[in-house]
Amino acid sequence: MTFTLRKEAGGVVVVTVDGQLIVGNRQELKQQVVDALDGGARKFVVDFSRTGYIDSSGLGVLVSLSKKIREHGGDLRLAGLNEDLQTLFELTKLDTLFAITRTAQEALAAF
Amino acid sequence: MRPPLVVRRIDRDSGAELVLDVPSDLRLVADAVELLASHLQPGPLSARRVRFNVRTALAEALANAIVYGNEEDPGKQVHVRIELSRHEVRIHVVDDGEGFDPGALPDPTHDDHLRRDTGRGLYVIRHLVDDVDFNAKGNAICLILRAG
Repeated sequence: MTFTLRKEAGGVVVVTVDGQLIVGNRQELKQQVVDALDGGARKFVVDFSRTGYIDSSGLGVLVSLSKKIREHGGDLRLAGLNEDLQTLFELTKLDTLFAITRTAQEALAAF
Repeated sequence: MRPPLVVRRIDRDSGAELVLDVPSDLRLVADAVELLASHLQPGPLSARRVRFNVRTALAEALANAIVYGNEEDPGKQVHVRIELSRHEVRIHVVDDGEGFDPGALPDPTHDDHLRRDTGRGLYVIRHLVDDVDFNAKGNAICLILRAG
């Protein structure tokens, strides 16, 4: 299972991405987050500490989800990017669009 | 049941060549990338560059070929050929489509485009490999990574 969701204190949903977030599985992530949104969740953390690589489709789905979550009055944070993934966000300037923390715990604490 | 992906490896004095045909199915991209990446070590590229640069750039190129080149037509394939030498790795990805103009794509980091869901693939590729070449038609891309 590539994506696992768990609910933390304060109703924050943490989504852990195992392996990769790419064109072949990004719809699955989108659906799981949208389902949680429809279920009333408004705070999300996507934890990339177990993610090897993300392609541009994966980046695109994060942009799309961020917009959707904000439209519902919520917030999305990203956590656990390794050095390579951090470089990817910086070169695409997406580090300016997202709140990124070193760990999921830091993201949770920031809510 | 989908037929398995099979890589053909041809060893030469100067290096090796890997050949893989990928059906136009986005669900196969991850497996195709892992299969090809597994043949690149040991080789001229560091483990880190294979793990991140090659896998990400190859996934991008395959996805672009399937979606934009072949329009996910199950009757079309994406042809991957990798040339391995001591000095570099050349990854050729060719689709069966009509081609496009790679120079016509907008800068995805521009403020006007930053919040778009799409349009970053080629930009990412260009920043992860050493050189990118296209054929004149625009249906074939060559990603070049020098040793290191």
